[in-house]
Amino acid sequence: MPENLVACPDCDLLQHVPLPPPRGKALCCRCGKVLATNKPGANERALALAIGAAIVFVIANAFPLMGLSAAGREVDTTIIGGAWAMWQEGNQLTAALVGLCAVVAPAGYIVITMVVLIATRRHPSAPSWVGELLHWAELAQEWAMAEVMMLGILVALIKIADLATVIIGVGMFATGALIALLAAMAINFDPEEIWTHVQWTGGGARLLANSTQTIDYQEAKK
Amino acid sequence: MTAREPMAMPSGLALCKHCGLLSKLMPTHETSYCPRCGNELAFRRRETIQRTWALIIAAAICYIPANILPVMTSITLTGTEDDTILDGVVMLYATGSWPLALIVLIASVMIPMSKLFALAYLLVTVQRRSLKSNRERVQLYRLVEFIGRWSMLDVFVISFTVALVQMKPLMAAQPQTGIVFFAAVVVLTIFAAQSFDPRLIWDSANSMENQNE
Repeated sequence: MPENLVACPDCDLLQHVPLPPPRGKALCCRCGKVLATNKPGANERALALAIGAAIVFVIANAFPLMGLSAAGREVDTTIIGGAWAMWQEGNQLTAALVGLCAVVAPAGYIVITMVVLIATRRHPSAPSWVGELLHWAELAQEWAMAEVMMLGILVALIKIADLATVIIGVGMFATGALIALLAAMAINFDPEEIWTHVQWTGGGARLLANSTQTIDYQEAKK
Repeated sequence: MTAREPMAMPSGLALCKHCGLLSKLMPTHETSYCPRCGNELAFRRRETIQRTWALIIAAAICYIPANILPVMTSITLTGTEDDTILDGVVMLYATGSWPLALIVLIASVMIPMSKLFALAYLLVTVQRRSLKSNRERVQLYRLVEFIGRWSMLDVFVISFTVALVQMKPLMAAQPQTGIVFFAAVVVLTIFAAQSFDPRLIWDSANSMENQNE
């Protein structure tokens, strides 16, 4: 059936890919790219995880990550404090990049994913702007680097540990939880399912149905 | 490669890069739009070879000042010290945390450089219409896409060191120009990986087939 016809995004091979069994996935038989997944209830879980991630994100940003005490003085910093320090020291470009990857992109990813999931939840047809938002969520996800930031903070801590006493703050634990929740969100999110709810814009190109000579190709590995 | 491997482009089908819908694309039309999400359709990413080369070259140029210029100045009671990225690695190693020194060395020095070489290799083989080890090349591309973000590590290390070590006149840390070039390398290589189209790896097999027919 032409509806099963899929082109691999990495090697352009046309294949007939039937819906994999629950929890299964279909791989491209030429390059191994995942072409289809079947995750029952994935987006319900993703919504729950996104709400959890939003709460943890607020905690991670509101409380200090870590503090430093030396000679009776104490300094502490939050996530945004890293970007702010760069900005104040006259390194605005780097500050903007740090702010994007540490705060703006993760926040955008969580909020946009929540909006998309709520808008398509139990709605047979969601407006087409949901599709546009989905694209923004993917973009934000690419630049959300909470796990890289965490490793960066740990390296910074070890560098500083020789100079002064380091105090680990609540924000650090919350950031650890945030990394786990973001990863769980990414695994459970199923954009294909979202697209089945989104209204088509009906742009110029002709639909696939009754196109091309149907090419029978071996079924992808399950 | 056999003629039994049908590809979307020769069949006039284009995959939407936004929503993944496969639609028929007329080569004669000026622009077609995806019927589902309304974004512009194309068989391949736009000017992918030129753009990727341009971004790689720009990143390679920035890579030099990123490694030569200091990225951070530490001010302590004993004096002022300018550190380059490699100095940071050496310092970590000297203080006895060699696993961290290794992580920073891999993330800051080896990942950006191997990304540049890997993308250049992929571009050269595509331009020479290589037919060999296609699967390995696409796996290399996926690796490049996956590890790219980790080179941001040093940018975060410097930011949080600067944010925390603010106890003038006892000690202080200031970012230096090198970090801007380093951040530029990271961003440019991420963009370069995104602008490369892995489907080009398989296109040469297809064009060979057409010549033989």
